Amino acid sequence: MTDHLDWIRLLGLVVLCAPVLLMALMGISSLIGRKLSEPMTAKIFQAAFSIGFIASLAILGLMLANNEEHVVIELGNWVAIDSHTSAHSSSHAHYHFVVKIVFDRLSVPFAILTYMLCGTIGTFAVKYMHREVGYNRFFTLYALFVLGMVMTSLAGTIETLFTGWEMVGLSSALLIAFFHERPAPVRNGLRVWIVYRVSDAALLLAAVVMHHMSGEGDFDRLLGAGPWPEGKAAISGGQALIVGFLLLFAAAGKSALVPFSGWLPRAMEGPTPSSAVFYGALSVHLGAFLLLRVSPILETSIWLSAAVVVLGLTTAVFAYLAGSVQTDIKSALSFASLAQVGIIVAEIGLGFRYIALVHLLGHACLRTLQFVRAPSLLSDYRLLENAMGSRLPSSTGPAWRFIPAPWRPWLYRFALERGYLDAILTDYIAVPFINLFTWFDKQERRWTRFLSGEKTEEANPSAPPAGRIEELP
Amino acid sequence: MSFWNIPWLEITILTPLLGALLTSGVREPARGHAWGLAFTGAALIAALIGWLGFQLHGRTDGGAWSLEHRFFANHFFAIDELNLPLIPLVALLHFLTSLATTRTKMRRYSTTWSLAAESIRLAAFSCKEPWLLISLISIGVLPPLIEMLNRGKPSRVFVLHMSLFIVLMTLGWTFVDSSDNRRTQTAWATLPLMLAILVRCGAVPLHCWVTDWCENASFGNALLYITPLVGVYAAVRLVLPIAPDWTLRAIGIISLLTALYTAGLGTVQRDARRFFAYFFLSHASLVLVGLELHTPISLTGSLCLWLSVTLSLSGFGLVLRALEARYGRLSLNQFHGLYDHSPTLAICFLLLGLGSVGFPGTIGFESAELLVDGAIEANLYVGIGVVIASALNGIAVVRVYFLLFTGKKHSSTINLEIAPRERIAILALASLIVLGGLFPQPVVNSRHLAAESILRDRESRIPHSETVSVFTEELENE
Repeated sequence: MTDHLDWIRLLGLVVLCAPVLLMALMGISSLIGRKLSEPMTAKIFQAAFSIGFIASLAILGLMLANNEEHVVIELGNWVAIDSHTSAHSSSHAHYHFVVKIVFDRLSVPFAILTYMLCGTIGTFAVKYMHREVGYNRFFTLYALFVLGMVMTSLAGTIETLFTGWEMVGLSSALLIAFFHERPAPVRNGLRVWIVYRVSDAALLLAAVVMHHMSGEGDFDRLLGAGPWPEGKAAISGGQALIVGFLLLFAAAGKSALVPFSGWLPRAMEGPTPSSAVFYGALSVHLGAFLLLRVSPILETSIWLSAAVVVLGLTTAVFAYLAGSVQTDIKSALSFASLAQVGIIVAEIGLGFRYIALVHLLGHACLRTLQFVRAPSLLSDYRLLENAMGSRLPSSTGPAWRFIPAPWRPWLYRFALERGYLDAILTDYIAVPFINLFTWFDKQERRWTRFLSGEKTEEANPSAPPAGRIEELP
Repeated sequence: MSFWNIPWLEITILTPLLGALLTSGVREPARGHAWGLAFTGAALIAALIGWLGFQLHGRTDGGAWSLEHRFFANHFFAIDELNLPLIPLVALLHFLTSLATTRTKMRRYSTTWSLAAESIRLAAFSCKEPWLLISLISIGVLPPLIEMLNRGKPSRVFVLHMSLFIVLMTLGWTFVDSSDNRRTQTAWATLPLMLAILVRCGAVPLHCWVTDWCENASFGNALLYITPLVGVYAAVRLVLPIAPDWTLRAIGIISLLTALYTAGLGTVQRDARRFFAYFFLSHASLVLVGLELHTPISLTGSLCLWLSVTLSLSGFGLVLRALEARYGRLSLNQFHGLYDHSPTLAICFLLLGLGSVGFPGTIGFESAELLVDGAIEANLYVGIGVVIASALNGIAVVRVYFLLFTGKKHSSTINLEIAPRERIAILALASLIVLGGLFPQPVVNSRHLAAESILRDRESRIPHSETVSVFTEELENE
């Protein structure tokens, strides 16, 4: 191995290990009940991010200097199974879970973006969250998010990507419910978690199916060994259609594409710094990143590419309409983000991968700035209006003129109700599911009562627990 | 006599039995509990030495010092690839449950019966002799039942189901042809055995004893009875080696339906104990799904999942038990907002709950990956079912976390934070699932060896054509 590759390998480990150590430090200190002080948390956080950011920049520099487009670092088998004997002659036992990270034109910019935005917003959050009760909790979950993002960005295998993907999902849901003494953020956090969980299930299925198709979960095998985006998928059109739709489903859940868009405004319940970096910049683009990563698969099937384009454009139109009528700034920004994500997805479907990547990077930076400026928007408006000496002009969008007058009230209601997407998912999926299983539960209780001859003991929320507590050591 | 010639397995089994005899006369709960802790700790140490002895020297019998050898000239109890981690695991669960028992629960938690149950359970997990195993599993029903009767709780549902299990198991094994010939067993043997396993593992529609048991037994007792998955052990020892493919297929399908159904029920529960029961049932059924596919990967995944489920759900149950000790029976009809009072319990609840559904960084993750991989290899629909069940369980656990720990501010003037002994017990289990998740290879190796040994055993007893997974056959036909 040449010198610069050794350096890239070393720096790659630094990029990956910085958030791991941060997460371990924050998590263990919380678990053993010895929380770090605010200044200490800030110092450790800034140190980890600076190191990770500098290392990722150094990798970019080394790759550019040495004209490297695709560097794969294999960290070894996390789990490997090979048959010890020929006990089961009818089927072979072979399973590998390889931990592999890839530095290419897609992963390096995304990792740098992650470090840059998370580092900046994290520093902003040090002040923003000052003396907040859940200061440590915020940074622990934030560290988990960054770890998930870095793992997803650099993943060289579908399993590694899935690992990061799940971490991002959990940290997002828990941060939405950050102000957990109020029920609304908690309900919204749960809602987002449910959508993420469904999307995770689709990704897991896609991962396992892909693993079976090529015998390994490596992107190199699945998508061709060439540097991104030049790979050629090693699967047939039919196989690509199955895997592709699963991946599209997973991306739709993660990036709030139609019909899952309803969770995005709900996610704004979290603290502004996390909303900015998650739903303005990184998390909301993760679906698009996934589609970019597997874009050679999309290419193998015209139907799949068409589906991606249609989904992207539908989401963009929907988000534009819904965003136009939002009355709070964070929701308006979230739909503006979504409109751009929809366009990025459409670009991916059309095969404009570099445009999509540049669009993604630029949009993430701009939107993050808008999100962190959102709380001071009124102050900005006042400054502007004072400077102008008049009220800011308000106007309807250009498209409004082309919409026939009878349609306008309907369209307005449609946009205000966010396309009824949440209501449709609730009324036609969640409620029937809950009703069905509540009915099963009721029948089970009746059956058990019949067998036992006695009523089952249920938790009684009104029972005072004081007597029991006082007996504690 | 060398250190490794000491019959550690027998000491592991006999120590809690001795403890049960000695503590039966102790009336003061705190003193009885202290003795109980000492005996479960001693049993754990002996189990760990036995495990080490097997790993280093392959010793399992204790040589001439073995009591079995001396009195019966035979070895009924032995360590092999399958039960190698299960014996210390059962001993550990008993020790940690005892350690985490608060003073409020000491009166309810009978040390004597718990020690007796531990001894029987350890003996069952060490036993390969079919009739002795059936007897031990049957006798194992008694200590928890007696404890429940002593507390005046309704036990009819439990008694009905366990009686059915014992009758079916006995009936089934009576018709099993134990000769060395490779042959397919008759339906007279396999059908009752299959039904017995389904009853003991809580398969739908024979599962309501588990919810009833969790609601009426003391929580510690309930945990120790169900989480080691004795029914799955009986399935591996008694059914898997001899059952024809249609039996395994039936068990697999019913288990998959149970996993999905109980995962769905877990998401709508209004009571924490019932939630735990359904959560457990779903996971136990997933273990059975992997076993019944009997491909090397699915079997390895299933055996890994067994360890993961036992560790995670025991820890998860201990957290719920600790919460109950502070707040009484927990309703899931409303938010409780307990986070600020018990942050460590909240973190452990989430960690252990997510560990059981296979969150990355926990031992459950690799187990779930292997299981799904093995399931999809055998049949795509089974794989989809496993993934859906896992997704529903993930939703259920976070829903319950939010209901218990968030949503409002709980006010109390008393310090409700986790007690040191509870912290040790819960963190020990949490550490094991995280360590197992970060370094899964030793666990996977050990379980893969066990899987190969099981498949070899099956291959030696059943005509070769039938050892092919039914699902694989179907896939090939397609």
